[in-house]
Amino acid sequence: MRYSGFKVIKEALTGHKGWKPAWRDPEPQAHYDIVIIGGGGHGLATAHYLTKVFDQKKVAVIEKGWIGGGNVGRNTTIIRSNYLLDGNEPFYEFSLKLWEGLEQDLNYNAMVSQRGIMNLIHSDAQRDAFIRRGNAMMLNGADAEYLDLPAIKKEYPFLNFDDARFPIKGGLAQRRGGTVRHDAVAWGYARSADSRGVDIIQNCEVTGFKIEDGKCLGVETSKGFIGANRVGCAVAGSSGRLMSKAGMRLPIESHVLQAFVSEGLKPVLPGVITFGAGHFYVSQSDKGGLVFGGDIDGYNSYAQRGNLPVVEDVCEGGMAIMPMIGRARLLRMWGGIMDMSMDGSPIIDRTHIDGLYFNGGWCYGGFKATPASGFAFAHLLARDAPHETATAYRFNRFETGHMIDEKGMGNQPNLH
Amino acid sequence: MIINHPLLGPRDSAEFVYLGDAAMIDRPNPETASPQDWHDYAYLRENPAGEHRELWFHEGGDRSWLVITRNTLTHEISKVEIARDVARKMGRSK
Repeated sequence: MRYSGFKVIKEALTGHKGWKPAWRDPEPQAHYDIVIIGGGGHGLATAHYLTKVFDQKKVAVIEKGWIGGGNVGRNTTIIRSNYLLDGNEPFYEFSLKLWEGLEQDLNYNAMVSQRGIMNLIHSDAQRDAFIRRGNAMMLNGADAEYLDLPAIKKEYPFLNFDDARFPIKGGLAQRRGGTVRHDAVAWGYARSADSRGVDIIQNCEVTGFKIEDGKCLGVETSKGFIGANRVGCAVAGSSGRLMSKAGMRLPIESHVLQAFVSEGLKPVLPGVITFGAGHFYVSQSDKGGLVFGGDIDGYNSYAQRGNLPVVEDVCEGGMAIMPMIGRARLLRMWGGIMDMSMDGSPIIDRTHIDGLYFNGGWCYGGFKATPASGFAFAHLLARDAPHETATAYRFNRFETGHMIDEKGMGNQPNLH
Repeated sequence: MIINHPLLGPRDSAEFVYLGDAAMIDRPNPETASPQDWHDYAYLRENPAGEHRELWFHEGGDRSWLVITRNTLTHEISKVEIARDVARKMGRSK
């Protein structure tokens, strides 16, 4: 069923009785060409592109809980492509371009809103670094714009420009960045994949891999064995847990990142603001809540909840840069589990086990990458070769020294 | 989280800095280790869901290194040891 304005009007006039479930609820078949583990944004996007772009027919997505119940439903919904390094920027710019055409591609309203993102600058050295990053973005076909103080004062007059520690000196803006309705991304990809014959199997937990002679033959699940020529794992946050079932150790630690939403307010915040120096970033949802967050808690965790010191730190950052936030009440807060990799960048690669492929290590930046991650992973699964924008996201970069370390922090995951 | 420091008693975890898996105490022998050993040591982690032994540094306190046994599913801390004692038990000189 395609959605259209005509259909909405017709259903409105007939009591909304004609809407059908957006995807089926099938039982698993005995064997698929490709099985994707993880029914989150990345897994469902992979299924969509596998069937739509790479012409695969027998594909299944296996999900332990319900689709879209992990990090794609727990993030702060920001999209952007404002990276510095060659290994990253073409990939994220490819992702932003896919976001721009996503709703037409899926026939689904994901509320993609290019309201712009701005990173604040507080010193001359930081201005140099940010302008360099802006130039790198433009060299890769992305947009970037340096904003001086009068320009920021015009757009965001409510910021605290004269903070003693971090006075605002300027900003780096990406106008094409913005926000997306995160749940709708999972649902839109699921609906599209399902309509092309992908079996989305929910409440089906992978309990192990069947590996013989160095080849993966399928997965053991709570609904029995499912055979597959190729198995793709896209379970960022739980990658360590899943891949240990295949006997693998990863260059990844799992960490908890908290996020916050205020009560609904009238529109006050036109775009996304990041105050990196103060560990704080914020946007306003279409429902009116201020959506904000900060740093990860900083210790290994699978708990999906954080602790109070980071809550305090984030709120202090908010008060420092945007004092009016103190007038809003906090409505809710939550934690999600991140695959924090050893250089802060993701992995989309084959494993040493034949037929077993891995997608993970997204740190706290997986949401914006969803379309490109799905596209690149589908490319890898269908053609057994990395997509041209994802050639740097290999396991062996830690052996060869080709790390993609945007911040230059080294192998300390909680500093990325 | 409250960390029950063996010398100082219960302290707020915000006084501490987290390094990571306590397996890092067991550094490869530079005389015999291969590049692969160093790669595995520096970059690969067990990353368990459950009991995890990990290194914490008491930066806002007595600047001791601790080995803390903590459950990554519940954040419950079951054991706190001075890292030097753990390292010596493993045969390290310090």
